[in-house]
Amino acid sequence: MSATLSVRNLRTHFFTKEGVAKAVDGVDFDVAPGEILGLVGESGSGKTVTGFSILGLIDPPGRIVEGSSIRFNGEELTAASPERLRAIRGAAIAMIFQDPMMTLNPVLRVDTQMIETVQAHVKVSAAEARDRARKALVQVGIPSPDERLRAYPHQFSGGMRQRVAIAIALLHKPKLIVADEPTTALDVTIQGQILFEAQRLCRESGTAMIWVTHDLAVVAGLADRIAVMYAGRIVELGRTADVIERPMHPYTKGLIGSVPSQNTRGHRLAQIPGMTPSLLRLPAGCAFKARCPIAVDKCNEMPALEEHRPGHWARCWRAAA
Amino acid sequence: MIVYIVRRLMQAALVMVVMSILVFVGIYLIGDPVLMMISPDASELEREAVRRALHLDLPMWRQYLLFVNDALHGNFGRSFLAGQPAMGLIFERFPATLELAFASLVMSLAIGLPMGVYAGLRPSTPGSKAIMTGSILGFSLPNFWVGLMLIMVFAVMLPDLIPGWPRLPASGRGATVDVLGVPLSFLTLDGLRHLLLPAITLSLYKGALIVRLARATAREVLPMDYVKFARAKGLSERRIVGVHVLKNIMIPIATVSGLEFGQTVAFAVVTETVFSWPGVGKLLIDSILLLDRPVVVAYLVIIVFFFVVLNLVVDLLYSVLDPRVRLESRAT
Ligand SMILES: Nc1ncnc2c1ncn2[C@@H]1O[C@H](COP(=O)(O)OP(=O)(O)OP(=O)(O)O)[C@@H](O)[C@H]1O
Ligand SMILES: [Mg+2]
Repeated sequence: MSATLSVRNLRTHFFTKEGVAKAVDGVDFDVAPGEILGLVGESGSGKTVTGFSILGLIDPPGRIVEGSSIRFNGEELTAASPERLRAIRGAAIAMIFQDPMMTLNPVLRVDTQMIETVQAHVKVSAAEARDRARKALVQVGIPSPDERLRAYPHQFSGGMRQRVAIAIALLHKPKLIVADEPTTALDVTIQGQILFEAQRLCRESGTAMIWVTHDLAVVAGLADRIAVMYAGRIVELGRTADVIERPMHPYTKGLIGSVPSQNTRGHRLAQIPGMTPSLLRLPAGCAFKARCPIAVDKCNEMPALEEHRPGHWARCWRAAA
Repeated sequence: MIVYIVRRLMQAALVMVVMSILVFVGIYLIGDPVLMMISPDASELEREAVRRALHLDLPMWRQYLLFVNDALHGNFGRSFLAGQPAMGLIFERFPATLELAFASLVMSLAIGLPMGVYAGLRPSTPGSKAIMTGSILGFSLPNFWVGLMLIMVFAVMLPDLIPGWPRLPASGRGATVDVLGVPLSFLTLDGLRHLLLPAITLSLYKGALIVRLARATAREVLPMDYVKFARAKGLSERRIVGVHVLKNIMIPIATVSGLEFGQTVAFAVVTETVFSWPGVGKLLIDSILLLDRPVVVAYLVIIVFFFVVLNLVVDLLYSVLDPRVRLESRAT
């Protein structure tokens, strides 16, 4: 089956006064129908910018640079008109944001915010739209939906708000959902429930999903494949089991070492030494070399993302090491 | 809600008491109203008679108690000068001031809000920069000067220079229509023409304020996640700006508009004088100059009451606009 989303050489740069911040700089990946791709990386690695790029939501001073390609069901989104992008957003591609406390407009009732989403894409009566909104709330497990529809966001807990945001994302049965750390702000039980529901949804409806997180442990149990991002580039990409059990990139190895588990109890957690380099002053070659324990001279040249094992890619000269 | 209103009214009563005492003491200290009222060559005997008639011979605290007693019976005394009931005098003039203040508020909102939101949405276009520079002018030009310039241009120069150019009136209210016994200018064409120049004069400052406030709030609201989420839902730009952004902008705008409206009603004196607008501001200034205490006190009582009502209206409006406030006021 052909991929739902196919991103090639995506470069999204921010042209600021201080210089050009290459927040996303040559990202390639595919997501197949029903597949969950985990997009992992530390803060500032460009995960959110990647998500916004797919939805065409990059604001000046940022822009998707010439030569980037985002194909969605065969349609080139970087060449799509603003009106076409608007029609796709919220309908065929939906996004769930990181912070549920900030995603819903505080001065509008939940029904207003759901009904407008329905009516932005299909011509239906308000009553019909309301009915769809109600069903979506039921689907994400919100009790007494009729009453909840008439409430304002501040009358919901954080977990409930994120469910509402997810319900909004589901209104038009999207082909692709970009979920930007949707559970980071929630407590662990609710996080588990939402993860489970997300997985079920993708399996049942064939929805492709990009699950953005900085927490490798979260995607390990959720994603089919994992893409690891560092400083605007994908440094490792492969099936979840391969990436977790046999990581090739030293950065991925560092990430896995810093996840707490049974074996690490009582030991000091391994940390990746050093800090993320500033995007404005990226060194030539591999961006990770300054923090890399196995860096060699060759690392002053940028390695390509190469398939070192079947379906398992890494951007590292020493991937085989 | 009722408790809340009652509490507000009690606060108002307290303010009124304090104000009336201050005014009493103030005017008592400034001078003797009788000297203003009768001719300098009147005999001491005649003056004494007038004093007695107005109870000005009594010690101040007794005068005050007399006033309070009368006021509680709804009688705020008669103007020393006009001899008419003080309240009546003020109520005659109050609608004209309210109307002027209201017209200028509507005008400043109608022009300031779209300009401010535009400047917030597109901060770097030449249009936005022109708007922001213009708003500084609106802040800094003194009211009386603007009024005089408007009169000069629209009531004198343009009609003189260009034949057929409509001459805008520069004084008075023009024709009025009584609605429930209240004379209103804006319902007649002539009245509207009279209203135009003074309302523009007053709306300049307010409009500038609203432009800047709307722009600042728009710049604050636009980067919010919920605006981006609204776009991620595929809403049209019109709906995002017109509903999601505007509804949030209206919260501070409502507060400031309420304050500004009160300010205009209480301090429209200058503009009213320039345009001979028969409002309450002119009456107050004259009464203060002539130490016409009953009118000054009655005016202050009404203004305090007016501000209380205005604040209530703003609070109610606020809770309609901001659902988070609604819950709190219900809890208290
Ligand atoms: N509006 C902007 N102007 C300038 N630079 C920006 C802008 N938005 C993002 N960036 C740059 O893009 C980089 C990547 O940001 P992004 O939000 O994608 O990180 P992230 O991986 O989502 O991190 P987090 O886990 O903290 O959400 C940031 O380091 C920042 O420097
Ligand atoms: Mg992010």
